[in-house]
Amino acid sequence: MVGELTWSRRLVGLWLPLTLLFVFALFPFAWMAATSLKANAELYDPTANPLWIRHPSLVHYIDLFKETNFVVWIGNTMLVATVSTVISLLLGVMLAYPLARMRFPAAGLLAITVAVTYLVPQTLLFVPMADLINRMKLGDTLTAVMLTYPTLLVPFCAWLLIGYFKTVPKELEEAALIDGASRWRAMTRVILPLCTPGFLSAGIFAFTLAQNEFLYALLFLNTSTIRTVPVGVTGELIRGDAFYWGQLMAAAFLGSLPVVLIYSFFVKYYVAGLTAGSVKG
Amino acid sequence: MSTNPVLEAARPATRAVPAGRPFRLREWLEREAVFSWLMLTPPLLFLLAFLGYPFCYGVYLSFVKRPVAQPATFVGLGNFVNLWNDAIFWQAVWNTFRFTAAATVLKLVGGLGMALVMHQNFKLKGMTRALLLLPFIVPTVLSTVAWQWIFDPGMGMFNRLLMFFDLVKQNQGPSWLGNPTLAMVSVILVNTWRGLPFFGITILAGLQTIPDELMESATIDGAGTWARFRYVTLPLLMPVIFIVTTFSIIFTFFDFQLVYVLTGGGPANATHLMATYAYSVGMSSGQLGMGSAAALAMVPVLGVVLLMMSSYVRRA
Repeated sequence: MVGELTWSRRLVGLWLPLTLLFVFALFPFAWMAATSLKANAELYDPTANPLWIRHPSLVHYIDLFKETNFVVWIGNTMLVATVSTVISLLLGVMLAYPLARMRFPAAGLLAITVAVTYLVPQTLLFVPMADLINRMKLGDTLTAVMLTYPTLLVPFCAWLLIGYFKTVPKELEEAALIDGASRWRAMTRVILPLCTPGFLSAGIFAFTLAQNEFLYALLFLNTSTIRTVPVGVTGELIRGDAFYWGQLMAAAFLGSLPVVLIYSFFVKYYVAGLTAGSVKG
Repeated sequence: MSTNPVLEAARPATRAVPAGRPFRLREWLEREAVFSWLMLTPPLLFLLAFLGYPFCYGVYLSFVKRPVAQPATFVGLGNFVNLWNDAIFWQAVWNTFRFTAAATVLKLVGGLGMALVMHQNFKLKGMTRALLLLPFIVPTVLSTVAWQWIFDPGMGMFNRLLMFFDLVKQNQGPSWLGNPTLAMVSVILVNTWRGLPFFGITILAGLQTIPDELMESATIDGAGTWARFRYVTLPLLMPVIFIVTTFSIIFTFFDFQLVYVLTGGGPANATHLMATYAYSVGMSSGQLGMGSAAALAMVPVLGVVLLMMSSYVRRA
């Protein structure tokens, strides 16, 4: 009888815990969406059923677009995330390729350095970084975050790509070299194209991390029109003690949407990136 | 043939280069070490400028007194002595340890459970995994704002539900973020909510690498569900569990966003973490030296965790 899956066993062992997990993971999003669709009269009515929407209304979304720079924040977030992802992938490849595929003195030491820089948290560096950015006269510019985000992303990208580059057999490169290709050509034409899944994983992961970043954005972006979504929402939609919950939830919902959409197209690569460090390494 | 005067003028110059030299340059470039260092130099310079230099500069700042926009004066260990005598700093240290320990245990146990549940055959598994990972994907600040609204004492979801089921009267529900103990519980709950899928999905990936044959032979040998889990699954999962836990400890210990947005460290510093405390000293009060010292006070913890990790990796 061991291992036989009866209906009741399946209910207790699978469907019940799965339902609980779903509720726990997703109810904040449901609450977010429901709140954003209720006009204030219903939202703050203590007699109304909090989990039900009687009169759906888009008033909070309309206000969000009319009264705040939300559209600009979305644009800034996308721009910053894209630029810093591209920079991080480029620098990541330049670090990872020699470390994964070349033999030279100090290679081992460098690989450890990269692993350590990945684990150095941003919280350690923000005070000197703020001072540094101000002295470079980059305070309150998008350049400041485009330059600082890659510091968080490059070590991760490099680490993940090292793993991918190592999976490509050395013989492929040697064959290309014997056929007269230069090292550069062997890299760009033979090895890198084979590692496309690695680039997708690293890219998607870096992109979501860049969209999520808050501390540097909080430190460096003060003018409303150059803010990203996280600092815009916390800095301008929360005014003193007054919380405009309808608008806040509309902003949180719309602000999450781009990341979630991109993620949904590349789930496989995202999960590969997430688990690469711990399962393979 | 080109008649462009610029090209014509350039041509003799290229011819003037000795015939053997470009060839030798190419050969030099083909050497493994040369090629490697040419590739490595730009990213290393970048990391040196934006990670190495700020770190050293931070160490320097921790030894000076430097209010924003004023010259620095050397104070030696003065900043650290001030921190040592600062009750709020010690409270932040204690909070950080409590927060990290509780959240890590919850995420580990919950994540292990999630992975075991997910490691069964059922329809739409890929979709389930994608949906359960959502808390980890959505920008932390945005989901934290939603949680703030869930915890709202007046009209938040928790208290509305308590009211709806007549468990409390209007405006008499618990003040989730206003009571020191409840605020800490709330902060731990939100961190667990966000980090649990990371544990779950990574441990699941580890589970999937365990060959079915091992399970089958254990079953044939008479091992029950618990024995299979205890003596086959768990030992094989240990490396994954160890790495995920170490990562999570680091990211939880240095967490900033969650507490900054949810409670701002309050009420009465009950949820201040070392990171939010360093921010409030260094940025809000503008004492860069003290702020740097408070941030550097977290280094020993990072060092211990890294040492644990490297000794484990060496042993494995």
